[in-house]
Amino acid sequence: MPQSEVELAARVAQAEKLAVATALNSVEDRRPASLPLIEALLRALASMRSVDYGQRVGLTGPPGVGKSTLTAALARAQREKGLSVGVLAVDPSSTRSGGALLGDRARMAFDPHDAGLFVRSVATAGDLGGLTYSANAAIQVLAAAYDRVIVETTGVGQTETDVEQVVDTVCLVIQPGSGDVLQFIKAGIMEIPDVIVVNKGDHGRLAQRAAADLAGALDRLRTAGMGDEARSWKLPVLVTSARDRTGISELIEAFEAHRATFTAEGLAEKRRQGGANWAASLFVRLHGEHGLRFCGDRAQLVAQMRRRLEQSEQPVGAALALSDAYLRSLRSIG
Amino acid sequence: MTTTSKKAKERPWIMRTYAGHSTAAASNELYRTNLAKGQTGLSVAFDLPTQTGYDPDHPLALGEVGKVGVPVSHIGDMRALFKGLPLDQMNTSMTINATAPWLLALYIAVAEETGVDRKLLQGTTQNDLVKEYLSRGTYIFPPGASLRLTADMIAYTVNEVPKWNPTNVCSYHLQEAGATPVQELSYSLATAIAVLDAVRAGGQVPEAELPKVVGRISFFVNAGIRFLEEMCKMRAFTQVWDRITKERYGVEDANMRRFRYGVQVNSLGLTEPQPENNIIRIVLEMLGVTLSKDARCRALQLPAWNEALGLPRPWDQQWSLRAQQILAFETDMLEYEDIFAGSHVVEGKVREMVEAAEREIADIEARGGVIEAVESGYLKQRLVESNATRLRSIEAGEQIVVGVNKYIETAPSPLTENLDEAILTVDPKVERAAVDAIKEWRNKRDAKAVSDALTKLRDAVRKGDNIMPPSIEAAKAGVTTGEWAQALRQVIGEYRAPTGVSGARMDQLQAPGNQEKIIGLRARLTELEKQLGRRPKMLVGKPGLDGHSNGAEQIALKARDVGFEVVYEGIRVTPEQIVASALEEGVHLIGLSILSGSHLELVPQVLEKLRAAGLHHVPLVVGGIIPEADARALEAKGVARVYTPKDFALNNIMSDLVELLAARLRPHAAE
Repeated sequence: MPQSEVELAARVAQAEKLAVATALNSVEDRRPASLPLIEALLRALASMRSVDYGQRVGLTGPPGVGKSTLTAALARAQREKGLSVGVLAVDPSSTRSGGALLGDRARMAFDPHDAGLFVRSVATAGDLGGLTYSANAAIQVLAAAYDRVIVETTGVGQTETDVEQVVDTVCLVIQPGSGDVLQFIKAGIMEIPDVIVVNKGDHGRLAQRAAADLAGALDRLRTAGMGDEARSWKLPVLVTSARDRTGISELIEAFEAHRATFTAEGLAEKRRQGGANWAASLFVRLHGEHGLRFCGDRAQLVAQMRRRLEQSEQPVGAALALSDAYLRSLRSIG
Repeated sequence: MTTTSKKAKERPWIMRTYAGHSTAAASNELYRTNLAKGQTGLSVAFDLPTQTGYDPDHPLALGEVGKVGVPVSHIGDMRALFKGLPLDQMNTSMTINATAPWLLALYIAVAEETGVDRKLLQGTTQNDLVKEYLSRGTYIFPPGASLRLTADMIAYTVNEVPKWNPTNVCSYHLQEAGATPVQELSYSLATAIAVLDAVRAGGQVPEAELPKVVGRISFFVNAGIRFLEEMCKMRAFTQVWDRITKERYGVEDANMRRFRYGVQVNSLGLTEPQPENNIIRIVLEMLGVTLSKDARCRALQLPAWNEALGLPRPWDQQWSLRAQQILAFETDMLEYEDIFAGSHVVEGKVREMVEAAEREIADIEARGGVIEAVESGYLKQRLVESNATRLRSIEAGEQIVVGVNKYIETAPSPLTENLDEAILTVDPKVERAAVDAIKEWRNKRDAKAVSDALTKLRDAVRKGDNIMPPSIEAAKAGVTTGEWAQALRQVIGEYRAPTGVSGARMDQLQAPGNQEKIIGLRARLTELEKQLGRRPKMLVGKPGLDGHSNGAEQIALKARDVGFEVVYEGIRVTPEQIVASALEEGVHLIGLSILSGSHLELVPQVLEKLRAAGLHHVPLVVGGIIPEADARALEAKGVARVYTPKDFALNNIMSDLVELLAARLRPHAAE
C-alpha cells in the first residue's frame, strides 16, 4: 500500500478537514488510471475503523419537500448531541453541458469553525451507475471521519433503490398535500424506506392528516399481506418541521432504533451487498456490455463480486481484480 | 418665448436625492446643502449594517460601516442626522426594510424629544421585504414574520402617525433584478395584496379603517430606458390598483384608491464605458414617469451619471437634481392635462399590460400567494431567468447599448480623466471611529433601562403585541440597532431565501449567437476534466452584507451552462464560510462578487484564510464595482482576475476562467 495513502487515511480518520477534502477529491477522480490509488486509499480507510462503526442515513424524496433544511436540522441536532456529521448532498440533475448547480449549501446556516461538520455536494449527472457508483467512495471517506453520515438526494423511483445500496437507513421525505403518498404506494416502492417523514409539519393539520392517511394506508397494506409484515421493522411515519425544528429528535431516535435492529453480521451482510453492487457497477463502467457478458449477467456479476468481498477484498479492489482477469482473457483469446 | 396667457403650472413632484454616507454628522451637512440647492424632500440611504441590524463593531459589519449610506446605531445618531432640520416640515423617505420598525421608532423618538407631535411626521419607510428576498437581500427574518412586522407598522401608523407611508411596495428592485414590465406590475401588486390581507387578518385595524390603510400604501417604481413602455406601465399600475382596491378591499373613496408612487430611475442600464452617456439615459427615463399627468410620480430621485464606477460625489448628484429642475421649471410639461388621453396606441399597449399582469397575479394567488411563491423559490427563479435573457440579448448584440456593444469608439473623456477622483471614497477612519463611538455609547447609558426595554421588546414579539410601542421605548432608553435586531432574531429566528439559480431553466434561453461560443467552452471544459480527473468545480461567493446578487447569480448560471460544477450559497456569507466551503467542496476556482465597495477589506481576508487553510493554489477572481486602482491593489495581493461592469460579455469571462485554470495546470497538476 503506498505510504502517502496510509498517511492520508490516518488523517482522514482524525477528521482533519483538509485531509477529508483531499481524499474526497481523490476518490472523485474518474480516470481509470487513478483506480489503483483510490483502491489503496479506500483499503487504508477500511482498516482504520471497523465495519459496524457509525451510521449512514439516506434522505430521499421529491424536489421541494425541504430535504436540505431537514438535513441541516438533523446535522445541527446531532452536533448538539456531540456526534460529528458528514453530509453528502447528491444532485442527480443533468444538463447537456455536464455542468451542475449545487445549491444545497445555501439553505444551511453552518458554523465554518465547526470541525465536526463537513458538507460535500456531488453531481451524478451522466454517471453510468448513477448514485451507486459516485456516492459510494465518498461515503466511505466520510464514514471513516465522522460518526454519522447523511446522504441527501432528490428523486422518486429509481433513487430509493440506489440509496438503499449505500446507506443503513433510508428515510423517505414527503410533504403534506402533495398526493405523493398514494403514488408511492401504487408504485410499490414502500418496501424500501425504513422511515417515512412528512416534513413541513408547520402546515399544521394538513401535515398531521397526511401522516395519519399514510399510517392508515400502511395498515391496510399489512392486513392485505402486502406491507412490511415480513420485515422485523415496522415502518414508522413521523411528522417534522425542519423550519420550526420540531420532530427532529424523534426522527433521530427512529434512525437509531432502526440501526439497532441490525446484528453485526446483518450489518456486514448489508454493507457487503452494497459493496458488491458498487464493484459490479465499477466493472461495467470499465468494460461495458462486453465485460458484463464475460461474467454472464448482472446478477452473476454481483454474485461474483460478493464472493470476492467475502474473502475480505474491498469493492474497488475486487472490480480491479476482475478487470485484470477479463483483460487477460481477452488477450488469451487474441 | 412670449405667451399672452401663461397657464398655471401643476405643482411638481417631490425632488429627492438618495443620499447618506460616512457619519450622521456628515450626512446632515449633505442634506442641508441639498435642501439649499432646491431639493424638496430627503431620501436617507442607510449603510448595510444598519439595514441588516448590526452595530458597527459586529464582525459582519467589517468594511461596510458608512459605505453605501449613513450608519444609524442609536437615538444619538438619529439626532445628529436631523440636527437643525424641522421634522414637522420635512418629508423624509427612508430606504429601510428589515429594521424599518426600529428606524421609524428612532425617528419618532427624536421628533418627540424636540417637541414635534408624531402626528405631524411625513415620510416613508420602504419596508417591503418581498423584494428583499427577491432582489435586494437585506432581509433578516422569515417571510411570515416580516409580513407581521409590516402589518404592525401599518396598524400603528394609521392613527398614530397618520401622514406616514408605513410601506412602500417596490417594483424598483425587481427591474434591477431583471424583471420584465409585466413581472414588475404583477409581483409588486401581489405583494401589496399580501400586505393588505395580513393587515385585514391581523385584527389590529377595524374593518371600517381599511380604506384609510389602503390609502397609505404607496409604491416605489423603476423607470427604464424604454420610456414609452414605462409610461404605459405606470398607467397600467394605476388601473390594476384601482380595481384591486375597489373589488378586493371595497374602497369606495377614489382618493384612497389612487396609485401613489415614487421613482428612482434605472441604475441597471447605467454603463461603465462612456459613463457621461448615462446623464442622457437618466433624463429619458425620467420622462417615462412624468410625461403622463394621470400616471405621474409623487416623488422622484435620480441616480448619478457615475454610479457604475463607484459612489457619486455631491456634484454628481447635483447634476441629476438640476435635470429634474429643468424638466419641471423650464419646460412646459406641467402646463398640460394628460397628453396621452385618448391615444389608441397607448391605450392598446396599456390594456395588453393590464391583462398580462392580472393573469400573472391570478397565477401567484393560485400558487398560494406571494409569500408561498417566495418560499418555494418560484418568483426568484423567474427573475433569474428574465435577467439571463436580458444579458444574453445584450451580449448577442440584439439589445443595443451605446458605448457598450455598439459605437464603442470614443475620444478621451475629460470627465473621467482622473477616474479615481471621479467618485467618492469613504475614509477608512470612519469605521474605526464608529466602532469606538458605539462602545462609548454603550458605556454611558443606563444599563438597567436598556435591559428592561429589551425584555419588554422580546415579550411583545413573543406575545404578538404591536412592535412599535416597545421599539419607541427602546429607542428612548438608548438601545442600539444591533441590540434591537438581536432581540428579534432571538425570538423570531433568521432566514435564508432561495437563490433561484438551481431551478432556473437555461438551455432554451440561449441566444442563437452564443451557441457556438458555448459549445467551444464546453469542449474546453471536457478537456480540462480529463486533465483534472473530475469536473472543474467553482465556488461563487457573495461575502459581506451587500445583497445585490444579480451578478453572482448570472455568473453561477453561466458557469453551469458552459459545464462547470457550481456551488453557490447565496448572499451574506463570511470569508470564513467561503473558505470552509471551498475546502469541503474541493473547488478548483473561487469567484467573489462584491458591489458595496468593501472589496479592499473583504477580499484580502478571504485570501489570507485560504492560505491558512492550505488552499493557496486555488485561484480567486473578483467581480464588482471596483475602481481601477483597487483592482491593481487586489491583483498585487494575489487575486487572479478582477471583472467590472464593462466585462458584460459573460462568455468572455467564462473563457477567461477556463484559460486561467488551464494555465494553472500547465506546470504540474495543482492537486
